[in-house]
Amino acid sequence: MNLRRRYLRDRIMVAFVYLGTLVVLLPLGFILVHVFLSGVGALNWDFFTKPPAPPGEPGGGMLPAIVGTFVIDLMALAMGGALGLGGGVLMAEYPEHPLNRPLRLVANVLGGVPAILMGLFAFVVVVLPMGGFSAFSGSVALAVLMIPIIMRATEEVLRMLPWELREAGLALGLPRWRVTLSLVLPAAKGGIVTGLLLALARAAGEAAPLLFTAFGNSFLSFDPLGPMDSLPLKIYVYAISPYEDWIRQAWGAALLLVLLLMVTNYLARRAVRR
Amino acid sequence: MLRRFFWLVFLLVPALAAGVTLNGAGATFPYPLYAKYFSAYHKLTGVRVNYQSIGSGGGIRQLYAQTVHFGASDAPLTDEQVEAFERKFGTAVVHVPTALGAVVPIYNLPGLSTPLRFSGPLLADLFLGKVKKWNDPRIAELNPGVKLPPFPVTVVHRSDGSGTTYVWTEYLAKVSQEWRDRVGVGKSVSWPTGLGGKGNEGVAGLVRQTPGAIGYAELVYAVQNKIAYGAVQNRAGKFVLADLATVKAAAAIDDFPTDTRVSLTDTPALDGYPVASFTWILVYRDLDKNRAFKSKAEAKALFDLLWWIVHDGQKLNEALHYAALPEVAVRASEANLRALRYRGEPLE
Amino acid sequence: MKARLYGKLGDALFTALLVALALGVLGVAGLLAWELWVGGAPAFRAFGFWGFTLSSEWNAVSERFGAWPFLIGTVVTSAAALILAFFPSLAAAIVVAEYAPRRLGEVVAYLIDLLAALPSVVYGLWGIFVLVPLVRDHVEQPLFLWSAEHAPALMGLLGPPTGIGMFSAVLVLALMILPYASSLARDAIRLVPREQREAMYALGATRWEVVRRVVLPYARGGIFAGVVLALARAIGETMAVTMLIGNSGQLPYSVFGPAATMASVIANEFTEAEGELHLASLLAVGFLLLLLSLAVNLIADFILRRMSVGEGRK
Repeated sequence: MNLRRRYLRDRIMVAFVYLGTLVVLLPLGFILVHVFLSGVGALNWDFFTKPPAPPGEPGGGMLPAIVGTFVIDLMALAMGGALGLGGGVLMAEYPEHPLNRPLRLVANVLGGVPAILMGLFAFVVVVLPMGGFSAFSGSVALAVLMIPIIMRATEEVLRMLPWELREAGLALGLPRWRVTLSLVLPAAKGGIVTGLLLALARAAGEAAPLLFTAFGNSFLSFDPLGPMDSLPLKIYVYAISPYEDWIRQAWGAALLLVLLLMVTNYLARRAVRR
Repeated sequence: MLRRFFWLVFLLVPALAAGVTLNGAGATFPYPLYAKYFSAYHKLTGVRVNYQSIGSGGGIRQLYAQTVHFGASDAPLTDEQVEAFERKFGTAVVHVPTALGAVVPIYNLPGLSTPLRFSGPLLADLFLGKVKKWNDPRIAELNPGVKLPPFPVTVVHRSDGSGTTYVWTEYLAKVSQEWRDRVGVGKSVSWPTGLGGKGNEGVAGLVRQTPGAIGYAELVYAVQNKIAYGAVQNRAGKFVLADLATVKAAAAIDDFPTDTRVSLTDTPALDGYPVASFTWILVYRDLDKNRAFKSKAEAKALFDLLWWIVHDGQKLNEALHYAALPEVAVRASEANLRALRYRGEPLE
Repeated sequence: MKARLYGKLGDALFTALLVALALGVLGVAGLLAWELWVGGAPAFRAFGFWGFTLSSEWNAVSERFGAWPFLIGTVVTSAAALILAFFPSLAAAIVVAEYAPRRLGEVVAYLIDLLAALPSVVYGLWGIFVLVPLVRDHVEQPLFLWSAEHAPALMGLLGPPTGIGMFSAVLVLALMILPYASSLARDAIRLVPREQREAMYALGATRWEVVRRVVLPYARGGIFAGVVLALARAIGETMAVTMLIGNSGQLPYSVFGPAATMASVIANEFTEAEGELHLASLLAVGFLLLLLSLAVNLIADFILRRMSVGEGRK
C-alpha cells in the first residue's frame, strides 16, 4: 500500500470517528434544550418550598417530592452500595472465588430486568410483610436496581489497578484484607465513587419501581416507614393529567431532575480525577 | 446552625404526626378531582388524605391486600370480585360513586369546522378496521354536507389497561354484535387494528399528530387539549355531544340500583350521552376487617370524608369538567354509607 | 504469632464479610427469579411453558395469553438498536480515548455519560414530540408516497405513515444504550499499554493503523463486554420504548409498524390487570424476560472467554 493512500485513509477515519461522535451528541443537545425550554418556566420559589396544589389553584410545588427523592435515593444507595461493593470487591480481589461466576452472571442479568419488576419484588418482600407502603420499600426496589451497576463499576475499577500494587503490599507482610482495605480501595476511591454516583443517577430517574412501594405522598413526610413522594413519581402522574399547570410542573420537575443528574455526573467525574 | 436545624425538626415532627392520615389508591382518571377534594378537606378538617393514582386494577388489588384504607376504580367490581372479598374477608365492598365522566370519539381531520356525527355501529366498525377511509359512504350518510377527505382511517387505542377502555368497549359491545363476539369488553382487549398510546395523553397525542386518526378519550382531555370530538347517536336516535348536562342526564335513572353498580352506556334517556360512566371509591363495609384501619377514629374519619364528598364535595366537580352526581346516586350512597360498621358499631 | 493471628483472623473475617454481601446479592437475584416464577406459574400451568411462549394470542377478555409477539418485539428492537449503536459508540470511544485533545475528550466523555443518566421518560417525551414528527414527515411520508406511485404492493407492508412504531423506538433505544457500550469500550482502549502503541508508531504506522491493528484487537474484550451490557439494557428498557413503539399485541409486520416488547407490555398492563390469569401471564412474561437476559449473558460469557486472548491478565 502506498504512503499517500495510507495517509488519506487516516484522514478519512479521523473524520469518520468525529462524525460518529457528533451523531451521538446532537440528539443529546436537542433533548437538553427541549427539557430546558419546557421546564424553566415552572421553576420558581413556590416550586421548591410548597406542597403540591390541586389543578386550577395557582402556586403549589414539589417540596415533598424533592425531599422524598433525596431520602429514598440515599437509603437505596446505602443498601445497594454495601451489597454492590461487597460483590465487586470479591470479584476483583478474589478472582479464584467460586461465587464469582454466578455473581458476574447476576450482575449482567439484573441489568436486563425491567425496573417495574424490582418494584414488584419489593412489594412482595417488604410492603406485604410490613403491611403498608413505605419509603423504605421503595429504597429496597431502587437498591436492587443499583446493585449490578455498582458491582460492575467496582470490579472494573479494581481490575484496572496494577497487580504490582497488591504484590508490593503482600511483600511487606501485610495480610490480604489489609492490602485490600488500605491499598487497593483507597487507590480506586475515585472510580468507586463514580460507580456509586452513576448508580444513584440511574435509580433517581425511575418512577415505575416506586409506584407500588414508596407510593407517593401529597404531604411532606420524613418517615421512612410511611408513604413518601419522589420526583419521578410526580412527573409520571402530572404528565398524564389533562391540566396545563400540572403538565408545566411536570416539565419543571423533569428539568430539576436532569439538573440534579448533571451535577451528580459532574461530581462523579471530579471524583475520578482526584 | 445545627441548633436551629434541631428546632426545626422539633417543630415539624409533632406538626406532621398530628391528626388522622388516610391512604387511598386507584384510578388515574379522577386523580385531579380527588387531589382537589383532599386538599379542600385538609383545609377544612385537618385530616390528611393521601391518594395515589396507580390504576383501577391496582386500587382493587391494594384494597384486597389491605395496604390502603380505600380503593378507587373507574369500573365497578365484577360479581366474582365481590364474591372474592366476601369469601376472604367476610365483608361486602361498598361502592361510593364520586363523579361522572364521559368517553368521546376524538379525531384528526383538518379543515372540518363542525363536530362529526357517529352512530354506535359505525364506531364499532371503525374500531374493527372495517371502515377504512374517511370518505366512506356510511360516514357521509350521517354527515350530509360535510366534505370528508379521502384519508385512510388510523385507529388509536389505549395500550395500557384502563377504565376508559372498559367504558368504551362496553358501549361498542352493546351496540354491535360483531364487537361483542370478536373483541368483547375489558380494561385491556385484543384490538383488531391500530396503534396503542399509553394513557389518555398518549392517545390524545397520537391522534393530534396523525391526520386521519380516530381514538377515544375522557371528555376533559379532548376539551383541554382542544382536540375535535364527535357527537354520538343515543338510543333515542338523537345525536348528542358530550357535556356536563348530557352526561348527568344519562345518569338520572329511575330504578337506581342500591349498590350503585350501574352501567350508564347506551342510556335510554332522551338527552343522555351514551358513553358515560361513574367513577367509584371502594371501601369495606365492615371497616375493621381491613388491616389498614388501626382505630375507630380512622374509620370515623373515612366515613366523614365520604359523606362530605357525596354532598359538599360535589360542588368542586364541575370546575374540573367532571359532572356532579345526580340526586338518585346521592340518596343511594347515603344509605350505603350509613351501613358502614367498625366492630359492629355504626359511624354516623 | 500475634501478627499471624491478625492476618489470619482478619482475612477470615474480611472474606466472610465479602461472601456474606455477595450471597446477599445472589439471594436478592434468586428471590426475584423465584417470585416471578411463582407469580407466573398459573400462566405456565394453564397454557404449558412452550404453549405460552410460542402462542401469539394475547387477549385479556377471552383470557388466552401468549408471549410470542412480545418476545419477537424485544429481540428485534434490541438487536436493531445494538447494530445501529455499535459503530457510533465505538467512534465516540476512540475519539475520547485516542484522538481528541485531553480537554475535548473529557467534555465528550462527560456528555456521553450524561446520555446514560437521563431518565427514560425524558427520552420518551423527546421521542414523541421531536423524533416522531421527524420520522413521520421525512422518512415515512416520502416512502409512503413513493410506494403509492411505484410499488403499491409495498404499501400494505409500510402501513400509514404515523411515525409511531418500531422504527422510532429503535432509534431512541440505540441512543439510550450507546453510552453503556461506549464507556466500557473507552475504558478498555485506555487500558491498552502505551508501549504497544509506540512500537507500532515506531514501525511507521499511521494513527488509524495503530487503532485498527493494535488498539481495537487489544481492547476487544472490553468492547464486547460493553456490547453485552448495552444489549442487556436494551432488552430491559421500558418507558421510552412504551411511549414510542405503538403497542400492538399483534405480531409486527414491518419495521415501521407498531409492535410491543416484553417490558412494554408489563408496564402497560400491570397496573390495571385484574384477572388472576392476566396478572400471572404478565409475571410469566417477566420470567421469560429474565430467561432471555440470562441466555444472552451465557452466550456472551462463552464468546468472551474464547476471545479473551488479548485482554491482559485473567
